[in-house]
Amino acid sequence: MTSSHRGSGPAVTVDGLRKSYGSFTAVDGIGFEIARGETFALLGPNGAGKSTTVEILEGYRERSGGEVSVLGADPRHATLEWKARIGIVLQQTGESGNVTVREQLTHFAGLYPHPRDVDEVIAAVGLEQKDKTRIKSLSGGQRRRVDVALGVIGRPELLFLDEPTTGFDPEARRQFWELIRTLSREGTTIVLTTHYLDEAAQLSDRAAVIAGGRLIDIGPVHELGSAEARVPLVRWRETESSAVREQRTLEPARFVAGLVAEHGEPAELEVIRPSLEDIYLELVGAAEAEAAA
Amino acid sequence: MSTTILTPGPLTGTTRESHFGPLRALRLGVRRIGYETKLYFRAGDTVFFTFLFPVVLLGIFSVAFGGLGNVGANPDGSGGISQAAYYLPGMIAAGILLSGVQNLGVDIAMERGDGTLKRLAGTPLPVISYFIGKMGQVLVTSLAQVILLLLLARVAFGVALPTEPAKWLTFVWVYLLGIVTAAVLGIAISRLPRSGKSASAVIIPPLLVLQFISGVYLSFALLPEWLQNIASIFPLKWIAQGMRAALLPDSFASAEAGGSWNLPGVAIALGIWLVVGLVVCRVTFRWIRKDS
Repeated sequence: MTSSHRGSGPAVTVDGLRKSYGSFTAVDGIGFEIARGETFALLGPNGAGKSTTVEILEGYRERSGGEVSVLGADPRHATLEWKARIGIVLQQTGESGNVTVREQLTHFAGLYPHPRDVDEVIAAVGLEQKDKTRIKSLSGGQRRRVDVALGVIGRPELLFLDEPTTGFDPEARRQFWELIRTLSREGTTIVLTTHYLDEAAQLSDRAAVIAGGRLIDIGPVHELGSAEARVPLVRWRETESSAVREQRTLEPARFVAGLVAEHGEPAELEVIRPSLEDIYLELVGAAEAEAAA
Repeated sequence: MSTTILTPGPLTGTTRESHFGPLRALRLGVRRIGYETKLYFRAGDTVFFTFLFPVVLLGIFSVAFGGLGNVGANPDGSGGISQAAYYLPGMIAAGILLSGVQNLGVDIAMERGDGTLKRLAGTPLPVISYFIGKMGQVLVTSLAQVILLLLLARVAFGVALPTEPAKWLTFVWVYLLGIVTAAVLGIAISRLPRSGKSASAVIIPPLLVLQFISGVYLSFALLPEWLQNIASIFPLKWIAQGMRAALLPDSFASAEAGGSWNLPGVAIALGIWLVVGLVVCRVTFRWIRKDS
């Protein structure tokens, strides 16, 4: 057998990945690697090509070009054995509304060679009170938890989560983060697609930003963007009537002290440390501007 | 042994074999039958429109036309068979069509539309196990339906069921060949609806027309020859004819096209449809519409 063992080689390798639909190119030469045990986030605006990329990795979509290896195999030729090693939480909820939470999890557990304990998983997603409720009677957020439970029931080595916390209240989201951290501690490799940057920052070791089908940045979440984008920004007016001025500086306190020494108290003084969201929006904005040019 | 492995990890070569071989596919298929059958009886609309529909119609026809007297009676009103006995073979044939073609055609199209198939595609469930589950569900529910029809005819309307073993032998093979063909054709046409929502609208009307021209609700002998010829292309006419051969007195054979039951014709027509259905399933079935 050529399938690689756990811990040897990257969990996911993507090189020069392309996907076009007719004349439209959804994914345009993306490449990255995900190490075993890593939690990796894919960020990007709607229509950027995130879900297309993930669905190619999951074996749901054919690619137009490039090389892809997931757990040592090409997802194009997915075997049952390979499928038993991955877990998938799709962006859209699957229905099967006429079974109870417990019935559905028990049935799906039976499809895997070494499933997790059904009670344990029901507890981990916080549905103990709803285990005998039919799925169609659950709220949207509760159904999403069933999706997550079905994604992890098979004890996957690699878990794909496509916008998993859509419809979660803040408490459910925190509980979900805890579950993901537990899975990660157990050595599960996690690929997370999300709109929520705080989620990516909370959970992931590294993140890739995709816009317009291209990879525009990749790295640890707190190192995304250019070095300059993370430099604090001082913004002020010299007088009430003068124009707004901005200065990027690694020493904002010293700079402000200098300003005060020179001009006295500046008007509307702000010291801004760019948030992940600011950096992300700047990245995506720059990519879109470039694409439009 | 394998049950004590709790952490994720690669399986050894030998456990791989036993875990992903044909035995596992069969075991999962049997488990799917239970799951599918449970879901079938929980969906109120399919229980009515596929399971109870022929039963209800047999009741209505038997009562409504009861006043017309026996079918095939002598001029003095003696002899012949009751309306219930006359309609029973057609209703069983309709039940076979509904439990197989309509049930699976709509069911699988809806599963494709609502994401159920996509979810299953991401699990290590073999396609063959999925089909064993569907076929098993059809067989279990259709058998229950046939027994219900026979009981209703016998108990409520006093229909005399055949006593000759040869008649029951005919019944068994026509039933089995009919239900397997209907189930396979149901899987094949589940590809036609473009969405789960349109599934019922696309599949049910043509099947209803087929029931009217195949000798289920209207006597086949009364139809004009050109309509009989059209109906003879489709399998329902042959299932209904086979069921008449099994359940009606042999004196009724003279009313058939050609003056006989033509059981070899039934076997050949259904056999061809079965093979066509299997080929279409093999060529067209996909868990999901890739790239849609």
